[in-house]
Amino acid sequence: MEPLSNRKKVLEQKPMNFWERLYLPAIFQGMGITFKHMFKKKETIFYPEVEREFSENWRGMHSLKRDEQGRERCTACGLCALSCPAEAITMIAAERQKGEEALYREEKYAAVYEINMLRCIFCGLCEEACPKEAIYLDGPIVPADYLRKDFIYGKDKLVEEPLKV
Amino acid sequence: MSISLFYFVAFLSIFFALLVIFAKNPVHSVLYLIVTFFTFTIHYILLNAQFLAIVNFIVYMGAIMVLFLFVLMLLNLNEGSIGSKSNLLKMIGVIGGMCLIITLVGSARVLNASEPLVLQTQDLGLVKNLGKVLFSKFLLPFELSSILLLSAMVGSVLLAKRDIKQV
Amino acid sequence: MELAFIIEKFIVVTVIFLISLTIAAYSTLAERKIAGYLQDRVGPNRAGPGGMFQPLADGLKMFFKEEIIPADSSKALFILGPSLALLTSLIGSAVIPWGQSIEIADRLVSLQIADVNVGILYIFGVVSLGVYGIMIGGWASNNKFSLMGAIRAASQSISYEIPMGLSIIALLMTTNTLSMKEIAEQQHGINWNIFYQPLGFLIFLVCSFAETNRTPFDLPECETELVGGYHTEYSGFKMGAFMFAEYLNMFLASAVMSTLYFGGYNYPGMDWVNGMAGPLFGPLIGMGVLLLKIFAFIFFFMWVRWTVPRFRYDQLMNLGWKVLIPLAIANIVITGIVITIYDKL
Repeated sequence: MEPLSNRKKVLEQKPMNFWERLYLPAIFQGMGITFKHMFKKKETIFYPEVEREFSENWRGMHSLKRDEQGRERCTACGLCALSCPAEAITMIAAERQKGEEALYREEKYAAVYEINMLRCIFCGLCEEACPKEAIYLDGPIVPADYLRKDFIYGKDKLVEEPLKV
Repeated sequence: MSISLFYFVAFLSIFFALLVIFAKNPVHSVLYLIVTFFTFTIHYILLNAQFLAIVNFIVYMGAIMVLFLFVLMLLNLNEGSIGSKSNLLKMIGVIGGMCLIITLVGSARVLNASEPLVLQTQDLGLVKNLGKVLFSKFLLPFELSSILLLSAMVGSVLLAKRDIKQV
Repeated sequence: MELAFIIEKFIVVTVIFLISLTIAAYSTLAERKIAGYLQDRVGPNRAGPGGMFQPLADGLKMFFKEEIIPADSSKALFILGPSLALLTSLIGSAVIPWGQSIEIADRLVSLQIADVNVGILYIFGVVSLGVYGIMIGGWASNNKFSLMGAIRAASQSISYEIPMGLSIIALLMTTNTLSMKEIAEQQHGINWNIFYQPLGFLIFLVCSFAETNRTPFDLPECETELVGGYHTEYSGFKMGAFMFAEYLNMFLASAVMSTLYFGGYNYPGMDWVNGMAGPLFGPLIGMGVLLLKIFAFIFFFMWVRWTVPRFRYDQLMNLGWKVLIPLAIANIVITGIVITIYDKL
């Protein structure tokens, strides 16, 4: 059949000559290659001590942000929970009391904010839905654990450290 | 000490040889046969025939019995799969056993203790002496047996090889 | 048999036993380390400095794992299999001469457990028994993959014993003795057998790869086709026994090859060193040299494992019967001709 493009390359299989049929030279060549690898730079990254650099659009564990005065940004509007395709986010809203202005920026805040890390697919839609720029997926890899209940992350794990004065 | 050791090993040989017959499972039977051969090896060592001992060890235990085991494993014979024998077979078995007993009794009647055989040289079984004897005194039978083995090998290759014309 | 002799042998046996067990245990670590280094990784390094205690951790793990005996297996044989594999790989080192005799308190202590005058044949016999452990274990598991592995092991070991024996015959024609001790003594200095029997050594090397079930001949436990081969059903310490037996076999094969072809405890300039070190430490240095040779061989085993892919079954049989056996016979004939011509001159 006439080839449509000239990219086809017919591989010519020659019968092996004596040295090739001995296989020994090929084996020694291969062993030379593997031996050279003994002295190459090792690719291993010693994980818990050293962490691999993440790319800029990496999406890891969620964190609930604070503003420049150290107040929680989240206003418990529920848009993140609504946008979540895996329904991993739940929250209970509460009203800000007198004297709590230094803790919460808005008048309404999330008293309970839970993300089920077993459900979460790290799509980043909550990040996009948030009108207050309160949630970002900028954390590290979510660590493994033994029990299912330990994968439901509350505010104690999600909220950023308070500002150090 | 040597005599009591001999009787102990001889008892073991006969014991395991009986187990070979009485074991229900053919694979167990082969395993007992291997142990029996091992006791034979000890007998050879007691007779100071080191070469024979080790050859018995390698050839019988290490090669032939592996092949036996190999075939039996592939056959996958279980305890029940041999099946019951027909009456005719049982009759033949009884007649054969009777014949064996008559022969044994008849031969026991004319039995006298033979002269105890004393080896001229105690080290006859060592490799060096055995080799010298094999290649000088018994050269012809030795070579003949090798030709016999060669012909057996050629025969088996012929049997195993497919006839090219028929295909 | 005096008491001192028994004590002396007891100590030698214990020491050699401990050395072979330690080396086998650390071979598992070495295997993983070497595999790592050949693949630009670093291998296990968490248990102790540089992973030094990894074998201990592995052994402990093996002990605490649950032992599963399949319900439909024949239990006695299922236990006998790994025990036999371990036993046969341990008794082989009895005839290896580990060094010249050392002198302690005016007594010559031989560094060989038993100088059997059919030493090579003894090792050969032990190696041929080694396959029983695998066969019995594989059959007793009552599992088709185990059975396939066992059958492969049996046919492979029978096929490769023949060229192995033939290559040893050529060696025996040059050494004129079957005793391992005399063979080691003949290779004084750098007078090693490898220079007289290069082809024989090559055949022996390939066969010992096959006999120890190492890659490229690890068909009995080939994961891609047979799940785990003969030890599919094994768990816990019985599995560990099989693994340990494999490494012990590798150690034994390395020791035999170093003794038969690479001079054993001999090294160039040994007379001078012995004169300097005295009758106690001189032979011990020789033993160290033998261990170094053994380590080199073990490294070679692992290096090949991480380079050469596994053979196909028909390729294995072709190599054994159609290449190695004719080569070994040709080697015997050539050796015979050379010896005859040499004697005439």
